[in-house]
Amino acid sequence: MEQPPPIRFELRAGAVTAIPLAVAVGLFGVSFGVLSATSGGMGALPAVVMSVTTFAGSAQFAAASILSAGGQPIAAIAAALLLNARYIPIGISVARFLSGGPALRFAKAQLVIDESWAIAARGDGHFEQGRLLGAGIVLWLAWVGGTIIGVIGGDALGDPAALGLDAAFPALFLALLVSQLQSRRAIGAALLGAAIAIALTPFTPPGVPIIAAAGAALIGLARR
Amino acid sequence: MTEIWIVVAVIGLGTMALKAAGPVLLGGRPLPSRLTGVVALLAPALLAALVATTALGDGQQIVADARLIGLSAAVVALALKAPVLAVVLAAAVAAALVRLIGIA
Repeated sequence: MEQPPPIRFELRAGAVTAIPLAVAVGLFGVSFGVLSATSGGMGALPAVVMSVTTFAGSAQFAAASILSAGGQPIAAIAAALLLNARYIPIGISVARFLSGGPALRFAKAQLVIDESWAIAARGDGHFEQGRLLGAGIVLWLAWVGGTIIGVIGGDALGDPAALGLDAAFPALFLALLVSQLQSRRAIGAALLGAAIAIALTPFTPPGVPIIAAAGAALIGLARR
Repeated sequence: MTEIWIVVAVIGLGTMALKAAGPVLLGGRPLPSRLTGVVALLAPALLAALVATTALGDGQQIVADARLIGLSAAVVALALKAPVLAVVLAAAVAAALVRLIGIA
């Protein structure tokens, strides 16, 4: 059997791959901090605690914008958890590649976000644990660090959209998607997933389209 | 003020549980073979959905803006076999330039 590469090597590989994204994630962390610390927002300390514990950008932005628009707390909670429900299928996909007992697996699972998960994907349904953790740690540090800078006074840093940072994410996901398209079924699942997500976007709360897109993977049940 | 902390706690604990559900409940057990086929397709299906929603989505609206120019630059970079970092940078620079000159 082929010897797996040492985990330290994989940790470093994941961390290095994540660095350009960490810049973008860090700047979005700054804008999350700024949004939360301005008047009507959730406040500086809750924002930092949320970044440390929740570590999921889109859900946090959704909750913060609902709260600062004067929305109900229950609406903020529902939006955030709906957006993060995609971590159920994502968690299932990485489950058997994480080592250790329940407590360690619980801890490792917290480092799973879209970007670290995508970096860890080998393209054939396998995930590299070391890469996932290395990328996850770098991205967590960037997200929390960015949030802290933002709440302290990141107004000066400007709008991430003006820097094109919002365009960095679809490009990253596309680059990672391309390496996944190794079979006709994978291409079919990707096209169907994108179609489901776009079709549902106007009709459902944010988050639902991505969860529903996971249903495209069910074409894997069909006999070859 | 307490309300805010309840929101932070529920979202934090809820997200932790969502992330850990698969890894903790499934453990290291291999899935039945038919399910393995489904799980292998989760990555392409979800990644494609993320590409679509991060490039075109704005809340519940579908909008074509500078992000689409960025994504086109990424496609060119990918066709040229550029590394992931270059692909991401190409997209960000293209989107920023388009916004700077005010086309989109």
